Amino acid sequence: MAVTAHTKKAALTGNTAVAIAMKQINPDVYPAYPITPSTGIVEDFSGFVADGSVDTELITVESEHSAMSACIGASAAGARVMTATSSQGLALMWEMLYIASGMRLPIVIADVNRALSAPINIHCDHSDSMGARDAGWLQLYAETVQEAYDNVFMAMRIAENAKVMLPAMVCMDGFITSHAIENLDLLSDEEVRGFVGEYKGRNSLLDTDNPVTWGAMVLQDHYITFKHQQSEAMTRAKGVAAGVMKEFGEKFGRPYGLIDAYRLEDAEAAIVIMNSAAGTTKVVVDDLRKQGKKVGVLRLRLFRPFPFKEIADALRGVKVVAVLDRADSMNSFGGPLFNELRSALYDLDNRPKVMSRIYGLGGRDYKVKDAVEVFEELLNISKTGKIDTMTKYITL
Amino acid sequence: MAEHKKLPEGGVIEKGGTAHGYSTGGWRKLRPVVDLGKCTNCMICWVMCPDSAVIVQDGKMVGFDLEHCKGCGICAVECPDKVKAIKMNEEAD
Repeated sequence: MAVTAHTKKAALTGNTAVAIAMKQINPDVYPAYPITPSTGIVEDFSGFVADGSVDTELITVESEHSAMSACIGASAAGARVMTATSSQGLALMWEMLYIASGMRLPIVIADVNRALSAPINIHCDHSDSMGARDAGWLQLYAETVQEAYDNVFMAMRIAENAKVMLPAMVCMDGFITSHAIENLDLLSDEEVRGFVGEYKGRNSLLDTDNPVTWGAMVLQDHYITFKHQQSEAMTRAKGVAAGVMKEFGEKFGRPYGLIDAYRLEDAEAAIVIMNSAAGTTKVVVDDLRKQGKKVGVLRLRLFRPFPFKEIADALRGVKVVAVLDRADSMNSFGGPLFNELRSALYDLDNRPKVMSRIYGLGGRDYKVKDAVEVFEELLNISKTGKIDTMTKYITL
Repeated sequence: MAEHKKLPEGGVIEKGGTAHGYSTGGWRKLRPVVDLGKCTNCMICWVMCPDSAVIVQDGKMVGFDLEHCKGCGICAVECPDKVKAIKMNEEAD
């Protein structure tokens, strides 16, 4: 799609908006291996390279494994590095994801959420990034095109923070967000430069006067110490993320937090959900509120690190909660978000009842009627105090 | 613990040549033993040793760096047939 956005307001697909965000950051290196539905990001970005509107070295590689390997090498050389992928592409990056995070390289990638095979499918669910949830990457999720665009800048700042130094994944829903055109506000290039600043890599491989070794073997003597350092960095990342989001809101007038609590203050029943489906759920909340029903939505913007305290605070006082996962852990005990969220509520004095609902796999629509049904079930449980089915697929 | 926290982020080794200070000879099962009376100082073992564990002083082969020699035996094989100054002995013996 031709990019003609020169004004502050623009109507863009999620892919183009993210590609423009990357252009404005002007990374040093961009290893590229396009895959549906993230292809548009790489297409647009390669156009920027061809047009000379970025200084980026675009490396066309032969697989996503190589793309992430090139990201790691370039980042270790001191470069600011970005790329984009989806689904099988992220899966093929798997072993390198752990190396990027273990080597504390602040690579930022866009993951356009798409279902994993089999059966082969190109449409949205979160099985790709949820599968990578233990890989030591920061994960930000976006409801809208605007948020996906804004998250790219925030992810860069959080990842490169000296207290963090971890890679970050900016996630948005395949096709639903990546290919739908929305109106959004773009930042100016100067605003972006001012916000993300310059990146100065440490221990650069290209600094031949000060030779260093990256990726050395570490055995029983120190391995656990490096993992402990990484874990502590992930813990610090939560505070850093909150600070970066606050600063973004103050500078550009679009406030963001780790979580997005919608009409939860006096809510009796709540749905917890991520990415674009939160929008549909909010519409239903507004409708049901008009009928006097006390319902609300909690949306996680940050999944890694997991904002367990913020979640517990937001759901304190809610009686029944349905966690809607667009991925299944295949553990016969609910989705990944359900399990972690339920654990986050354990220490509350009056913890809500929580159930797991898996929805929308492989791009299956999640409609207003689906959210209405979940809320009706929740309100009924609120009366009876009894959950019939803890874990269930909906939108079947 | 305090010392552990000083370990460089991401496991980076912040300078070169540090392998010299890290003993890896403990893996060795076979130990090279040189008969300096037979050795002709042709330096083939010095060229071929993958761990730079052949010690040379003033142009002469003087022995092995057993902190880094892993006992691969390449030196003993490469030592010319007419010389055969290096034998591999069992460490256990």
